[in-house]
Amino acid sequence: MKKQWKIGRFFMYLFLVIASFLSIFPFYWMFVMATRPSAAYNAIPPTMTPGDMLVENFQKVLEKIPFFGAMWNTLVVCLVVTLVVLFISSLAGFAFAKFKFPGKNIFFISILLTMIIPPQLGLIPQYFLVAKLDLLDTLFGAMIIFFLNPLGIFLMRQYISNSVPDELIEAAKLDGCSNFHIFRSIVLPIILPAFATLGIIVFTATWGEFLWQFTVLRDPDMYTIQVALSSMNTTSNVDFGMMLSGVFWATIPLVIVFLMFNKLFISSITEGSVK
Amino acid sequence: MALKRKGKYRSEATKDKISAYLYISPFFIIFAIIGLYPAVFSLYLAFQNWNGLGDMTFVGLHNFNIVLHDPTFWKALYNTIVMGIMGTAPQIIVGVILAFILNQAYLKFKNAFRAMIFLPYITSMVAVALVFGVFFSSNDTALANYILNLFGMDSVAWKTSEWGAKIAISIMVFWRWIGYNTIIYLAGLQSIPKDLYEAARIDGAGVVQQLRYITIPLLKPFIVLTVFFSTVGALQLFTEPTVFLGAQAFSRTEAMTVVMYLYRDAFSLQSFGTGSATAVILLFIIVVASAINTYLTSGIRKKGRRIKS
Repeated sequence: MKKQWKIGRFFMYLFLVIASFLSIFPFYWMFVMATRPSAAYNAIPPTMTPGDMLVENFQKVLEKIPFFGAMWNTLVVCLVVTLVVLFISSLAGFAFAKFKFPGKNIFFISILLTMIIPPQLGLIPQYFLVAKLDLLDTLFGAMIIFFLNPLGIFLMRQYISNSVPDELIEAAKLDGCSNFHIFRSIVLPIILPAFATLGIIVFTATWGEFLWQFTVLRDPDMYTIQVALSSMNTTSNVDFGMMLSGVFWATIPLVIVFLMFNKLFISSITEGSVK
Repeated sequence: MALKRKGKYRSEATKDKISAYLYISPFFIIFAIIGLYPAVFSLYLAFQNWNGLGDMTFVGLHNFNIVLHDPTFWKALYNTIVMGIMGTAPQIIVGVILAFILNQAYLKFKNAFRAMIFLPYITSMVAVALVFGVFFSSNDTALANYILNLFGMDSVAWKTSEWGAKIAISIMVFWRWIGYNTIIYLAGLQSIPKDLYEAARIDGAGVVQQLRYITIPLLKPFIVLTVFFSTVGALQLFTEPTVFLGAQAFSRTEAMTVVMYLYRDAFSLQSFGTGSATAVILLFIIVVASAINTYLTSGIRKKGRRIKS
Protein backbone atom coordinates (compact mmCIF):
# COMPACT_ATOMS: atom_id res chain seq x y z
CA MET A 1 0.00 0.00 0.00
CA LYS A 2 2.67 2.47 1.04
CA LYS A 3 4.96 1.40 -1.79
CA GLN A 4 2.15 1.91 -4.27
CA TRP A 5 1.80 5.49 -3.07
CA LYS A 6 5.51 6.12 -3.46
CA ILE A 7 5.39 4.98 -7.08
CA GLY A 8 2.34 7.17 -7.61
CA ARG A 9 4.19 10.18 -6.25
CA PHE A 10 7.18 9.49 -8.45
CA PHE A 11 5.05 9.46 -11.58
CA MET A 12 3.24 12.62 -10.51
CA TYR A 13 6.53 14.45 -10.07
CA LEU A 14 7.75 13.08 -13.38
CA PHE A 15 4.61 14.30 -15.15
CA LEU A 16 4.98 17.76 -13.58
CA VAL A 17 8.64 18.03 -14.47
CA ILE A 18 7.99 17.07 -18.09
CA ALA A 19 5.08 19.52 -18.31
CA SER A 20 7.16 22.33 -16.80
CA PHE A 21 10.03 21.55 -19.14
CA LEU A 22 7.73 21.70 -22.19
CA SER A 23 6.30 24.98 -20.90
CA ILE A 24 9.63 26.75 -20.50
CA PHE A 25 11.70 25.10 -23.23
CA PRO A 26 10.38 27.41 -26.02
CA PHE A 27 11.51 30.41 -23.95
CA TYR A 28 15.01 29.00 -23.57
CA TRP A 29 15.18 27.99 -27.20
CA MET A 30 13.99 31.43 -28.28
CA PHE A 31 16.84 32.90 -26.24
CA VAL A 32 19.35 30.52 -27.86
CA MET A 33 18.20 31.42 -31.38
CA ALA A 34 18.28 35.12 -30.47
CA THR A 35 22.02 34.79 -29.79
CA ARG A 36 22.90 32.78 -32.90
CA PRO A 37 23.19 33.48 -36.61
CA SER A 38 20.31 32.27 -38.75
CA ALA A 39 22.46 29.40 -40.04
CA ALA A 40 22.67 27.88 -36.55
CA TYR A 41 19.11 26.90 -37.14
CA ASN A 42 20.18 24.39 -39.78
CA ALA A 43 22.80 22.69 -37.61
CA ILE A 44 22.53 18.95 -36.98
CA PRO A 45 22.43 18.15 -34.10
CA PRO A 46 20.45 21.29 -33.20
CA THR A 47 22.14 24.15 -31.41
CA MET A 48 21.12 24.21 -27.76
CA THR A 49 23.60 26.63 -26.19
CA PRO A 50 23.61 30.43 -26.43
CA GLY A 51 26.00 32.08 -28.88
CA ASP A 52 27.52 35.56 -28.98
CA MET A 53 25.13 37.46 -31.28
CA LEU A 54 22.69 38.74 -28.66
CA VAL A 55 23.47 42.40 -29.43
CA GLU A 56 24.06 41.99 -33.15
CA ASN A 57 20.73 40.25 -33.75
CA PHE A 58 18.91 42.93 -31.81
CA GLN A 59 20.59 45.64 -33.89
CA LYS A 60 19.20 43.92 -36.97
CA VAL A 61 15.74 44.01 -35.35
CA LEU A 62 16.10 47.76 -34.84
CA GLU A 63 16.97 48.18 -38.53
CA LYS A 64 13.96 46.15 -39.61
CA ILE A 65 11.17 47.39 -37.32
CA PRO A 66 10.73 50.45 -35.04
CA PHE A 67 11.01 48.21 -31.97
CA PHE A 68 11.12 50.80 -29.20
CA GLY A 69 8.47 52.95 -30.84
CA ALA A 70 6.21 49.91 -31.10
CA MET A 71 6.83 48.97 -27.46
CA TRP A 72 6.00 52.54 -26.45
CA ASN A 73 2.83 52.57 -28.56
CA THR A 74 1.74 49.29 -26.97
CA LEU A 75 2.41 50.62 -23.49
CA VAL A 76 0.34 53.75 -24.19
CA VAL A 77 -2.52 51.70 -25.67
CA CYS A 78 -2.51 49.24 -22.75
CA LEU A 79 -2.32 51.90 -20.04
CA VAL A 80 -5.07 54.09 -21.50
CA VAL A 81 -7.35 51.11 -22.17
CA THR A 82 -6.80 49.78 -18.65
CA LEU A 83 -7.50 53.15 -17.00
CA VAL A 84 -10.61 53.79 -19.08
CA VAL A 85 -11.97 50.29 -18.44
CA LEU A 86 -11.30 50.60 -14.69
CA PHE A 87 -13.08 53.96 -14.59
CA ILE A 88 -16.14 52.89 -16.61
CA SER A 89 -16.44 49.52 -14.87
CA SER A 90 -16.10 50.74 -11.30
CA LEU A 91 -18.56 53.57 -11.81
CA ALA A 92 -21.14 51.31 -13.47
CA GLY A 93 -20.40 48.52 -10.98
CA PHE A 94 -21.07 50.99 -8.15
CA ALA A 95 -24.41 51.95 -9.68
CA PHE A 96 -25.48 48.32 -10.14
CA ALA A 97 -24.33 47.30 -6.67
CA LYS A 98 -25.65 50.14 -4.53
CA PHE A 99 -28.43 52.03 -6.30
CA LYS A 100 -32.05 51.32 -7.00
CA PHE A 101 -33.28 52.53 -10.36
CA PRO A 102 -35.92 51.48 -12.87
CA GLY A 103 -34.67 49.06 -15.51
CA LYS A 104 -31.66 48.03 -13.45
CA ASN A 105 -31.98 44.33 -14.22
CA ILE A 106 -32.65 44.89 -17.89
CA PHE A 107 -29.60 47.10 -18.19
CA PHE A 108 -27.43 44.61 -16.34
CA ILE A 109 -28.59 41.62 -18.37
CA SER A 110 -28.11 43.53 -21.61
CA ILE A 111 -24.50 44.21 -20.56
CA LEU A 112 -23.97 40.50 -20.01
CA LEU A 113 -25.59 39.77 -23.37
CA THR A 114 -23.08 41.99 -25.17
CA MET A 115 -20.43 39.45 -24.12
CA ILE A 116 -21.90 36.93 -26.56
CA ILE A 117 -21.37 39.12 -29.63
CA PRO A 118 -18.12 37.94 -31.25
CA PRO A 119 -15.78 40.89 -31.85
CA GLN A 120 -15.43 39.90 -35.52
CA LEU A 121 -19.11 40.65 -36.18
CA GLY A 122 -18.47 44.38 -35.99
CA LEU A 123 -14.97 44.34 -37.47
CA ILE A 124 -15.84 45.71 -40.92
CA PRO A 125 -18.14 48.56 -39.79
CA GLN A 126 -15.75 49.41 -36.95
CA TYR A 127 -12.99 49.75 -39.51
CA PHE A 128 -15.07 52.14 -41.63
CA LEU A 129 -16.16 54.06 -38.53
CA VAL A 130 -12.57 54.58 -37.48
CA ALA A 131 -11.64 55.49 -41.06
CA LYS A 132 -14.46 58.01 -41.23
CA LEU A 133 -13.38 59.62 -37.96
CA ASP A 134 -9.89 59.86 -39.48
CA LEU A 135 -8.48 57.62 -36.77
CA LEU A 136 -6.72 55.02 -38.94
CA ASP A 137 -3.03 54.87 -38.04
CA THR A 138 -3.64 56.56 -34.69
CA LEU A 139 -3.24 55.05 -31.25
CA PHE A 140 -6.71 56.24 -30.28
CA GLY A 141 -8.12 54.28 -33.21
CA ALA A 142 -6.09 51.26 -32.13
CA MET A 143 -7.52 51.32 -28.62
CA ILE A 144 -11.09 52.58 -28.98
CA ILE A 145 -12.85 49.22 -29.39
CA PHE A 146 -11.28 47.86 -26.19
CA PHE A 147 -13.00 50.45 -24.00
CA LEU A 148 -15.98 48.14 -24.11
CA ASN A 149 -15.53 45.56 -21.35
CA PRO A 150 -18.70 43.97 -19.96
CA LEU A 151 -16.70 41.55 -17.82
CA GLY A 152 -15.22 44.53 -15.95
CA ILE A 153 -18.65 45.82 -14.92
CA PHE A 154 -19.65 42.33 -13.82
CA LEU A 155 -16.54 41.89 -11.66
CA MET A 156 -16.81 45.36 -10.15
CA ARG A 157 -20.47 45.00 -9.27
CA GLN A 158 -19.67 41.71 -7.60
CA TYR A 159 -16.78 43.15 -5.62
CA ILE A 160 -18.52 46.36 -4.59
CA SER A 161 -21.67 44.64 -3.38
CA ASN A 162 -19.59 42.21 -1.30
CA SER A 163 -17.04 44.56 0.18
CA VAL A 164 -18.56 48.02 0.50
CA PRO A 165 -20.97 48.08 3.50
CA ASP A 166 -24.30 49.84 2.91
CA GLU A 167 -24.03 51.50 6.33
CA LEU A 168 -20.90 53.31 5.26
CA ILE A 169 -22.68 54.79 2.27
CA GLU A 170 -25.76 55.67 4.34
CA ALA A 171 -23.58 57.43 6.91
CA ALA A 172 -21.80 59.42 4.25
CA LYS A 173 -25.15 60.42 2.76
CA LEU A 174 -26.35 61.67 6.14
CA ASP A 175 -23.21 63.79 6.27
CA GLY A 176 -24.34 65.32 3.00
CA CYS A 177 -21.78 63.72 0.69
CA SER A 178 -22.65 63.71 -3.01
CA ASN A 179 -22.79 60.33 -4.72
CA PHE A 180 -19.67 60.96 -6.73
CA HIS A 181 -17.86 62.09 -3.58
CA ILE A 182 -18.89 58.81 -1.93
CA PHE A 183 -17.56 56.92 -4.93
CA ARG A 184 -14.26 58.76 -4.86
CA SER A 185 -13.50 58.80 -1.16
CA ILE A 186 -15.24 55.67 0.17
CA VAL A 187 -15.72 53.16 -2.63
CA LEU A 188 -12.47 53.66 -4.51
CA PRO A 189 -10.09 52.96 -1.59
CA ILE A 190 -11.99 49.78 -0.73
CA ILE A 191 -11.98 48.37 -4.25
CA LEU A 192 -8.28 48.88 -4.99
CA PRO A 193 -7.62 45.10 -4.86
CA ALA A 194 -10.31 44.61 -7.49
CA PHE A 195 -8.56 47.27 -9.58
CA ALA A 196 -5.41 45.17 -9.43
CA THR A 197 -7.32 42.09 -10.56
CA LEU A 198 -9.20 43.73 -13.40
CA GLY A 199 -6.19 45.85 -14.34
CA ILE A 200 -4.00 42.80 -14.81
CA ILE A 201 -6.65 41.02 -16.88
CA VAL A 202 -7.26 44.01 -19.15
CA PHE A 203 -3.59 44.96 -19.49
CA THR A 204 -2.47 41.43 -20.40
CA ALA A 205 -5.32 40.94 -22.86
CA THR A 206 -4.72 44.30 -24.54
CA TRP A 207 -0.97 43.64 -24.74
CA GLY A 208 -1.57 40.50 -26.80
CA GLU A 209 -4.28 41.98 -29.04
CA PHE A 210 -3.60 41.55 -32.76
CA LEU A 211 -6.53 41.39 -35.21
CA TRP A 212 -7.86 44.92 -34.66
CA GLN A 213 -4.49 46.66 -34.71
CA PHE A 214 -3.45 44.59 -37.72
CA THR A 215 -6.55 46.00 -39.43
CA VAL A 216 -6.29 49.69 -38.53
CA LEU A 217 -2.52 50.28 -38.28
CA ARG A 218 -0.70 50.41 -41.63
CA ASP A 219 1.99 52.98 -40.86
CA PRO A 220 5.01 51.19 -39.26
CA ASP A 221 5.58 54.16 -36.93
CA MET A 222 2.19 53.56 -35.36
CA TYR A 223 2.54 49.78 -35.06
CA THR A 224 1.94 48.13 -31.73
CA ILE A 225 4.52 45.51 -30.85
CA GLN A 226 2.39 42.55 -31.99
CA VAL A 227 1.86 44.06 -35.44
CA ALA A 228 5.54 45.01 -35.65
CA LEU A 229 6.65 41.49 -34.71
CA SER A 230 4.31 39.88 -37.20
CA SER A 231 5.62 42.21 -39.92
CA MET A 232 9.04 40.55 -39.59
CA ASN A 233 7.56 37.30 -40.88
CA THR A 234 6.03 38.51 -44.14
CA THR A 235 8.96 37.80 -46.44
CA SER A 236 9.83 34.24 -47.36
CA ASN A 237 13.51 34.57 -46.51
CA VAL A 238 13.43 35.55 -42.85
CA ASP A 239 16.51 35.83 -40.66
CA PHE A 240 15.37 33.56 -37.82
CA GLY A 241 18.03 34.85 -35.42
CA MET A 242 16.80 38.39 -35.92
CA MET A 243 13.13 37.47 -35.73
CA LEU A 244 13.42 35.50 -32.51
CA SER A 245 15.60 38.24 -31.06
CA GLY A 246 12.70 40.65 -31.59
CA VAL A 247 10.24 38.22 -30.06
CA PHE A 248 12.59 37.59 -27.14
CA TRP A 249 13.02 41.27 -26.25
CA ALA A 250 9.32 41.93 -26.67
CA THR A 251 8.40 39.00 -24.43
CA ILE A 252 10.94 39.38 -21.66
CA PRO A 253 9.49 42.50 -19.94
CA LEU A 254 6.13 40.80 -19.41
CA VAL A 255 7.81 37.58 -18.25
CA ILE A 256 9.83 39.50 -15.64
CA VAL A 257 6.74 41.31 -14.37
CA PHE A 258 4.92 37.98 -14.24
CA LEU A 259 7.70 36.24 -12.31
CA MET A 260 7.73 39.07 -9.77
CA PHE A 261 3.99 39.08 -9.20
CA ASN A 262 3.04 35.58 -10.35
CA LYS A 263 0.69 34.87 -7.43
CA LEU A 264 -1.23 38.08 -8.03
CA PHE A 265 -1.31 37.37 -11.78
CA ILE A 266 -2.62 33.86 -11.36
CA SER A 267 -5.24 34.75 -8.77
CA SER A 268 -6.42 37.65 -10.95
CA ILE A 269 -6.87 35.49 -14.01
CA THR A 270 -8.69 32.88 -11.94
CA GLU A 271 -11.01 35.41 -10.33
CA GLY A 272 -11.72 37.00 -13.70
CA SER A 273 -13.09 33.77 -15.11
CA VAL A 274 -14.48 31.82 -12.18
CA LYS A 275 -16.36 34.55 -10.29
CA MET B 1 -41.95 67.56 9.99
CA ALA B 2 -42.93 64.14 8.70
CA LEU B 3 -43.86 65.65 5.35
CA LYS B 4 -40.58 67.44 5.10
CA ARG B 5 -38.64 64.27 5.77
CA LYS B 6 -40.61 62.42 3.17
CA GLY B 7 -39.87 65.17 0.67
CA LYS B 8 -36.20 65.00 1.40
CA TYR B 9 -36.22 61.21 1.06
CA ARG B 10 -37.85 61.51 -2.31
CA SER B 11 -35.38 63.95 -3.68
CA GLU B 12 -32.62 61.70 -2.36
CA ALA B 13 -34.08 58.76 -4.29
CA THR B 14 -34.38 60.85 -7.45
CA LYS B 15 -30.82 62.00 -7.04
CA ASP B 16 -29.74 58.37 -6.71
CA LYS B 17 -31.59 57.48 -9.88
CA ILE B 18 -29.93 60.29 -11.79
CA SER B 19 -26.53 59.29 -10.44
CA ALA B 20 -27.06 55.65 -11.35
CA TYR B 21 -28.06 56.45 -14.94
CA LEU B 22 -25.13 58.81 -15.19
CA TYR B 23 -22.71 56.14 -13.94
CA ILE B 24 -23.87 53.42 -16.29
CA SER B 25 -24.14 55.76 -19.27
CA PRO B 26 -20.46 55.70 -20.37
CA PHE B 27 -20.70 51.98 -21.09
CA PHE B 28 -23.91 52.31 -23.05
CA ILE B 29 -22.77 55.36 -25.01
CA ILE B 30 -19.55 53.58 -26.04
CA PHE B 31 -21.50 50.40 -26.69
CA ALA B 32 -23.91 52.26 -28.97
CA ILE B 33 -21.05 53.67 -31.04
CA ILE B 34 -18.57 50.81 -31.27
CA GLY B 35 -20.71 47.79 -30.40
CA LEU B 36 -24.33 48.12 -31.43
CA TYR B 37 -23.97 50.35 -34.47
CA PRO B 38 -21.27 48.14 -36.08
CA ALA B 39 -23.24 44.97 -35.32
CA VAL B 40 -26.41 46.35 -36.90
CA PHE B 41 -24.45 47.80 -39.80
CA SER B 42 -22.89 44.36 -40.37
CA LEU B 43 -26.33 42.82 -40.61
CA TYR B 44 -27.30 45.52 -43.13
CA LEU B 45 -24.07 45.18 -45.11
CA ALA B 46 -24.54 41.43 -45.39
CA PHE B 47 -27.36 42.13 -47.86
CA GLN B 48 -25.47 44.71 -49.90
CA ASN B 49 -22.86 44.58 -52.59
CA TRP B 50 -20.12 47.03 -51.65
CA ASN B 51 -16.46 47.51 -52.47
CA GLY B 52 -15.88 50.04 -49.71
CA LEU B 53 -15.84 53.08 -51.98
CA GLY B 54 -18.76 53.25 -54.39
CA ASP B 55 -22.49 52.95 -53.79
CA MET B 56 -24.03 49.97 -52.06
CA THR B 57 -26.56 47.93 -53.96
CA PHE B 58 -29.10 45.69 -52.31
CA VAL B 59 -28.57 42.09 -53.39
CA GLY B 60 -30.83 40.16 -51.04
CA LEU B 61 -29.43 36.81 -49.99
CA HIS B 62 -26.89 36.78 -52.80
CA ASN B 63 -23.88 37.25 -50.46
CA PHE B 64 -24.93 34.31 -48.31
CA ASN B 65 -25.41 32.31 -51.48
CA ILE B 66 -21.87 33.12 -52.63
CA VAL B 67 -20.29 32.29 -49.28
CA LEU B 68 -22.26 29.10 -48.70
CA HIS B 69 -21.43 27.86 -52.20
CA ASP B 70 -17.75 28.67 -51.90
CA PRO B 71 -15.71 25.49 -51.22
CA THR B 72 -13.07 27.67 -49.53
CA PHE B 73 -15.60 28.75 -46.90
CA TRP B 74 -16.44 25.15 -46.07
CA LYS B 75 -12.76 24.29 -46.05
CA ALA B 76 -12.18 27.17 -43.62
CA LEU B 77 -15.05 26.02 -41.39
CA TYR B 78 -13.72 22.45 -41.46
CA ASN B 79 -10.20 23.67 -40.60
CA THR B 80 -11.53 25.81 -37.76
CA ILE B 81 -13.45 22.91 -36.23
CA VAL B 82 -10.62 20.39 -36.66
CA MET B 83 -7.98 22.71 -35.18
CA GLY B 84 -10.41 23.77 -32.47
CA ILE B 85 -10.96 20.19 -31.36
CA MET B 86 -7.31 19.16 -31.64
CA GLY B 87 -6.11 22.26 -29.85
CA THR B 88 -8.60 22.39 -27.01
CA ALA B 89 -10.00 18.93 -26.25
CA PRO B 90 -6.68 17.44 -25.00
CA GLN B 91 -6.37 20.45 -22.70
CA ILE B 92 -9.27 19.19 -20.61
CA ILE B 93 -7.61 15.85 -19.89
CA VAL B 94 -4.06 17.15 -19.41
CA GLY B 95 -5.32 20.20 -17.52
CA VAL B 96 -7.32 18.12 -15.04
CA ILE B 97 -4.36 15.81 -14.44
CA LEU B 98 -1.97 18.73 -13.92
CA ALA B 99 -4.38 20.49 -11.58
CA PHE B 100 -4.93 17.27 -9.65
CA ILE B 101 -1.18 16.86 -9.13
CA LEU B 102 -0.68 20.53 -8.28
CA ASN B 103 -3.37 20.18 -5.63
CA GLN B 104 -1.62 17.34 -3.76
CA ALA B 105 -0.74 18.35 -0.21
CA TYR B 106 2.69 16.69 -0.21
CA LEU B 107 3.85 18.45 -3.37
CA LYS B 108 7.04 20.47 -3.01
CA PHE B 109 7.87 23.59 -5.10
CA LYS B 110 4.15 23.96 -5.78
CA ASN B 111 4.36 27.66 -6.65
CA ALA B 112 7.34 27.20 -8.94
CA PHE B 113 5.61 24.42 -10.89
CA ARG B 114 2.42 26.43 -11.10
CA ALA B 115 4.25 29.53 -12.34
CA MET B 116 6.15 27.56 -15.00
CA ILE B 117 3.04 25.89 -16.32
CA PHE B 118 1.21 29.21 -16.42
CA LEU B 119 4.06 31.11 -18.08
CA PRO B 120 3.06 30.39 -21.72
CA TYR B 121 -0.23 32.23 -21.15
CA ILE B 122 1.70 35.46 -20.55
CA THR B 123 3.23 35.39 -24.02
CA SER B 124 1.25 36.92 -26.84
CA MET B 125 -0.24 34.77 -29.55
CA VAL B 126 1.95 36.54 -32.11
CA ALA B 127 5.10 35.64 -30.16
CA VAL B 128 3.97 32.03 -29.82
CA ALA B 129 3.19 31.79 -33.54
CA LEU B 130 6.58 33.21 -34.52
CA VAL B 131 8.59 30.96 -32.18
CA PHE B 132 6.64 27.88 -33.22
CA GLY B 133 6.91 29.07 -36.80
CA VAL B 134 10.67 28.57 -36.56
CA PHE B 135 10.32 25.34 -34.58
CA PHE B 136 7.92 23.99 -37.22
CA SER B 137 9.59 25.51 -40.26
CA SER B 138 9.21 23.49 -43.44
CA ASN B 139 12.98 22.87 -43.65
CA ASP B 140 14.25 19.35 -43.19
CA THR B 141 16.42 20.72 -40.42
CA ALA B 142 13.54 22.23 -38.45
CA LEU B 143 13.75 21.21 -34.81
CA ALA B 144 10.35 19.53 -35.03
CA ASN B 145 11.54 17.49 -38.01
CA TYR B 146 14.81 16.64 -36.27
CA ILE B 147 12.81 15.19 -33.38
CA LEU B 148 10.58 13.23 -35.78
CA ASN B 149 13.68 11.87 -37.53
CA LEU B 150 15.13 10.78 -34.18
CA PHE B 151 12.09 8.54 -33.82
CA GLY B 152 12.55 7.24 -37.36
CA MET B 153 9.69 9.27 -38.86
CA ASP B 154 9.80 11.30 -42.06
CA SER B 155 10.05 15.07 -42.08
CA VAL B 156 6.81 17.01 -42.46
CA ALA B 157 6.19 20.19 -44.48
CA TRP B 158 4.62 21.92 -41.50
CA LYS B 159 3.42 25.04 -43.29
CA THR B 160 2.16 23.63 -46.54
CA SER B 161 0.75 20.19 -45.84
CA GLU B 162 -2.86 19.52 -44.94
CA TRP B 163 -2.24 17.93 -41.55
CA GLY B 164 1.19 19.41 -40.81
CA ALA B 165 -0.18 22.95 -40.62
CA LYS B 166 -3.20 21.92 -38.57
CA ILE B 167 -1.16 19.91 -36.09
CA ALA B 168 1.44 22.67 -35.66
CA ILE B 169 -1.25 25.29 -35.01
CA SER B 170 -3.16 23.00 -32.64
CA ILE B 171 0.03 22.41 -30.65
CA MET B 172 0.54 26.18 -30.37
CA VAL B 173 -2.99 26.68 -29.11
CA PHE B 174 -2.55 23.82 -26.66
CA TRP B 175 0.80 25.10 -25.41
CA ARG B 176 -0.43 28.63 -24.78
CA TRP B 177 -3.74 27.78 -23.10
CA ILE B 178 -3.00 24.65 -21.06
CA GLY B 179 -1.71 26.69 -18.12
CA TYR B 180 -4.82 28.85 -18.12
CA ASN B 181 -7.15 25.85 -18.00
CA THR B 182 -5.01 24.15 -15.36
CA ILE B 183 -5.32 27.21 -13.13
CA ILE B 184 -9.10 27.27 -13.51
CA TYR B 185 -9.30 23.56 -12.65
CA LEU B 186 -6.97 24.10 -9.72
CA ALA B 187 -9.29 26.79 -8.36
CA GLY B 188 -12.10 24.25 -8.72
CA LEU B 189 -10.15 21.56 -6.91
CA GLN B 190 -9.33 23.88 -4.07
CA SER B 191 -13.04 24.35 -3.50
CA ILE B 192 -13.44 20.58 -2.89
CA PRO B 193 -13.19 19.76 0.84
CA LYS B 194 -10.01 17.88 1.73
CA ASP B 195 -11.77 15.38 4.03
CA LEU B 196 -13.58 13.89 1.03
CA TYR B 197 -10.24 12.60 -0.25
CA GLU B 198 -9.24 11.60 3.27
CA ALA B 199 -12.38 9.49 3.61
CA ALA B 200 -11.86 7.91 0.18
CA ARG B 201 -8.26 7.07 1.04
CA ILE B 202 -9.30 5.40 4.26
CA ASP B 203 -11.79 3.35 2.25
CA GLY B 204 -8.86 2.24 0.11
CA ALA B 205 -9.52 4.28 -3.03
CA GLY B 206 -6.50 4.71 -5.31
CA VAL B 207 -5.55 7.77 -7.31
CA VAL B 208 -7.64 6.72 -10.30
CA GLN B 209 -10.74 6.10 -8.21
CA GLN B 210 -10.31 9.43 -6.44
CA LEU B 211 -10.07 11.16 -9.80
CA ARG B 212 -13.12 9.36 -11.12
CA TYR B 213 -15.50 9.55 -8.19
CA ILE B 214 -14.56 12.78 -6.44
CA THR B 215 -12.50 15.07 -8.63
CA ILE B 216 -14.26 14.86 -11.99
CA PRO B 217 -17.87 15.16 -10.74
CA LEU B 218 -17.13 18.11 -8.46
CA LEU B 219 -14.99 19.74 -11.11
CA LYS B 220 -17.73 19.57 -13.73
CA PRO B 221 -18.91 23.20 -13.51
CA PHE B 222 -15.34 24.38 -14.03
CA ILE B 223 -14.88 22.05 -17.00
CA VAL B 224 -18.13 23.36 -18.49
CA LEU B 225 -16.77 26.89 -18.12
CA THR B 226 -13.51 26.15 -19.91
CA VAL B 227 -15.25 24.18 -22.66
CA PHE B 228 -17.48 27.17 -23.24
CA PHE B 229 -14.52 29.59 -23.41
CA SER B 230 -12.53 27.20 -25.60
CA THR B 231 -15.35 26.69 -28.07
CA VAL B 232 -16.00 30.39 -28.55
CA GLY B 233 -12.24 31.10 -28.70
CA ALA B 234 -11.55 28.29 -31.16
CA LEU B 235 -14.26 29.49 -33.56
CA GLN B 236 -12.56 32.91 -33.60
CA LEU B 237 -9.07 31.55 -34.33
CA PHE B 238 -7.15 34.08 -36.41
CA THR B 239 -3.83 35.27 -35.00
CA GLU B 240 -1.98 31.95 -34.71
CA PRO B 241 -2.50 30.71 -38.29
CA THR B 242 -2.10 34.17 -39.83
CA VAL B 243 1.22 34.89 -38.13
CA PHE B 244 2.45 31.29 -38.36
CA LEU B 245 1.91 31.15 -42.13
CA GLY B 246 3.26 34.67 -42.67
CA ALA B 247 3.42 35.71 -46.32
CA GLN B 248 1.28 32.80 -47.53
CA ALA B 249 -1.40 33.18 -44.86
CA PHE B 250 -4.18 34.25 -47.20
CA SER B 251 -3.12 32.42 -50.34
CA ARG B 252 -3.23 28.86 -49.03
CA THR B 253 -6.14 26.97 -47.50
CA GLU B 254 -4.56 24.22 -45.35
CA ALA B 255 -5.01 26.25 -42.19
CA MET B 256 -7.36 29.04 -43.25
CA THR B 257 -9.99 29.70 -40.56
CA VAL B 258 -13.42 31.31 -40.82
CA VAL B 259 -12.17 34.62 -39.44
CA MET B 260 -9.25 34.56 -41.91
CA TYR B 261 -11.76 33.92 -44.71
CA LEU B 262 -13.78 36.91 -43.48
CA TYR B 263 -10.68 39.08 -43.25
CA ARG B 264 -9.51 38.07 -46.74
CA ASP B 265 -12.91 38.81 -48.31
CA ALA B 266 -13.11 42.22 -46.68
CA PHE B 267 -9.60 43.59 -46.55
CA SER B 268 -7.80 41.81 -49.40
CA LEU B 269 -10.61 41.36 -51.90
CA GLN B 270 -12.61 44.50 -50.96
CA SER B 271 -15.78 42.45 -50.96
CA PHE B 272 -17.35 43.85 -47.82
CA GLY B 273 -20.81 42.41 -48.49
CA THR B 274 -19.65 38.79 -48.49
CA GLY B 275 -17.29 39.57 -45.60
CA SER B 276 -20.24 40.79 -43.55
CA ALA B 277 -22.30 37.79 -44.61
CA THR B 278 -19.48 35.59 -43.30
CA ALA B 279 -19.49 37.55 -40.02
CA VAL B 280 -23.23 36.94 -39.66
CA ILE B 281 -22.76 33.23 -40.41
CA LEU B 282 -19.98 33.13 -37.81
CA LEU B 283 -22.27 34.72 -35.23
CA PHE B 284 -24.87 32.09 -36.03
CA ILE B 285 -22.31 29.27 -35.69
CA ILE B 286 -21.06 30.61 -32.36
CA VAL B 287 -24.58 30.94 -30.95
CA VAL B 288 -25.48 27.42 -32.10
CA ALA B 289 -22.21 25.94 -30.80
CA SER B 290 -22.68 27.65 -27.43
CA ALA B 291 -26.24 26.39 -27.21
CA ILE B 292 -25.20 22.81 -28.05
CA ASN B 293 -22.40 23.11 -25.54
CA THR B 294 -24.67 24.29 -22.80
CA TYR B 295 -27.22 21.64 -23.64
CA LEU B 296 -24.74 18.76 -23.77
CA THR B 297 -23.14 19.66 -20.50
CA SER B 298 -26.62 20.35 -19.10
CA GLY B 299 -25.23 23.38 -17.37
CA ILE B 300 -28.25 25.56 -18.16
CA ARG B 301 -29.35 25.60 -14.55
CA LYS B 302 -25.88 26.24 -13.20
CA LYS B 303 -25.15 29.06 -15.61
CA GLY B 304 -28.41 30.77 -14.79
CA ARG B 305 -27.50 30.64 -11.15
CA ARG B 306 -24.07 32.08 -11.74
CA ILE B 307 -25.44 35.08 -13.58
CA LYS B 308 -28.07 35.76 -10.92
CA SER B 309 -25.83 35.45 -7.88
